[in-house]
Amino acid sequence: MSAATLVRISDLHKSYGTTPVLRGVDLQVRQGEVTCVIGPSGSGKSTLLRCVNHLEKINAGEIEVDGELIGYRRHKGRLHELKDRAITRQRATIGMVFQNFNLFPHLTVLENVVEAPIGVRGLGRAAAVALGEELIARVGLAGREDSYPRQLSGGQQQRIAIARALAMEPKLMLFDEPTSALDPELVGEVLAVIADLAEAGMTMVVVTHEMAFARQVADTVVFLDEGQVVESGPPGELLVNPRHARTREFLARVL
Amino acid sequence: MSVSTDLQPPSTARTAPAEVVPLRRPGRWISAVVVLVMLAAALRSVVTNEAFQWSVVAEYFTADVVLRGLGLTLWLTALTLVLGFALGTLLAVLRLSGNPVLVSVSWGYVWIFRSVPLLVQLLFWFNIGALYPRLSFGIPFGPDFVSLSSINLIGPTAAVIIGLTLHEAAYAAEIVRGGVLSVEQGQVEAALALGMGRGRILRRIVLPQAMRSIIPAAGNSLIGTLKGTSIVSVLAVQDLLFSVQLIYNRNYLIIPLLLVATIWYVVVTSVLSVGQYYVERYYARGAARALPPTPWQRLKGRLR
Repeated sequence: MSAATLVRISDLHKSYGTTPVLRGVDLQVRQGEVTCVIGPSGSGKSTLLRCVNHLEKINAGEIEVDGELIGYRRHKGRLHELKDRAITRQRATIGMVFQNFNLFPHLTVLENVVEAPIGVRGLGRAAAVALGEELIARVGLAGREDSYPRQLSGGQQQRIAIARALAMEPKLMLFDEPTSALDPELVGEVLAVIADLAEAGMTMVVVTHEMAFARQVADTVVFLDEGQVVESGPPGELLVNPRHARTREFLARVL
Repeated sequence: MSVSTDLQPPSTARTAPAEVVPLRRPGRWISAVVVLVMLAAALRSVVTNEAFQWSVVAEYFTADVVLRGLGLTLWLTALTLVLGFALGTLLAVLRLSGNPVLVSVSWGYVWIFRSVPLLVQLLFWFNIGALYPRLSFGIPFGPDFVSLSSINLIGPTAAVIIGLTLHEAAYAAEIVRGGVLSVEQGQVEAALALGMGRGRILRRIVLPQAMRSIIPAAGNSLIGTLKGTSIVSVLAVQDLLFSVQLIYNRNYLIIPLLLVATIWYVVVTSVLSVGQYYVERYYARGAARALPPTPWQRLKGRLR
């Protein structure tokens, strides 16, 4: 294993008002690897993910993706926040999938997928539609291009949300509890799409409560509690033989 | 113990299902008849009362002066709507900008222009020459490039357009702001995560969704503006109302000529209401699983 490190998070601090959420998080994700972040609710998992594409401003620390500092510019030992345009350019290379899908309800499935490729990447309409149709087929929804999101089931909506993120051809995909809003019988179809992406070598950070999925797909599992990484390791070790008492307690509750 | 776990086999001889009788509601019939009789009586009095002078109404309904007045009313309404909502959208964006100065300016604008009655405002603009006899454009405290007499610049029509637009903008700002606030925050985050810029998000994602709550309020506001333009008759601007006033000041046929104006206002309002229905339907795409049929489609379906 000599893949380059794609994501490097060091000593990340973030608080909402006076409430600390992340208290010195260190995390590295290598190219082509899947990292699953687990932990009790309120442990800062979602916030960590949202910091990686600068949906949240950070209080201290550094986040690098592909060697580029996210959201800030280093100058004379201080971090200056980047201009909107520069942050927008960085976000365009990082795909994100939300718990509540957040598809655009007024646009059809195809329009949802091609909106950003045309408007942000500057792709021509024909090329974007071809790419969109290919991705919609890839998530198993060929033929539904002209449906509106509300005409789809939750699982189908989430698969379209994944296609929409992939249409930006990101170098990193972030999943924020992608199956938590789904009926149990729909969870499998979404996890299957994510597992396919892992197979294809996409670098991903997945916040999840699906321990079976983490065990199958993850290269590394990170256990986050009270804003700190308690331990991390391959799923075969962390999920089976956790070293920390807090990890053991958490796993006993969810497994 | 002789508890049988067998289910009773369903009886093979099924009796015909009992007929269902809906509740009779005689009160509905009685009240409907009473209301219809009252309506008929009112209609009869309107048709037979000589004082309405329907022949005069018919004679003046499409008179040139009236149609020209109607044209000006429609033009003023359209111009006020477009300019008012353009300025209103700008004010709403300022209000939502997060810059404390811009937020305060926008808030202050809405506060002052909602506080001053439209008529008072129109009179102010009409008399702007008394406040500022000359309007100059140049560097503040420095030389002027252009200097114009404000009486020449702002005649009655210009005063009316400025007054109506500024008034409309204050209400439009609140309507647009309400619409934008009604769009879920997750929509903006999803668009940001795709790398879209603020302007594009507003145009492509937020405003189209905000339109769903903007349109009904804007329709209200538009109809209010249409009728509100009648206020310009006090500045002798020849809108629909002032045109019929000109006529009845000559021939004293006050009631029939007011009816002419009334019917035109009702006709235009009806057309606008129908238009609003279709615009709402357009922006409902994706909000419901299937769009409701238009009244026309419903009629065709029923006739088939």
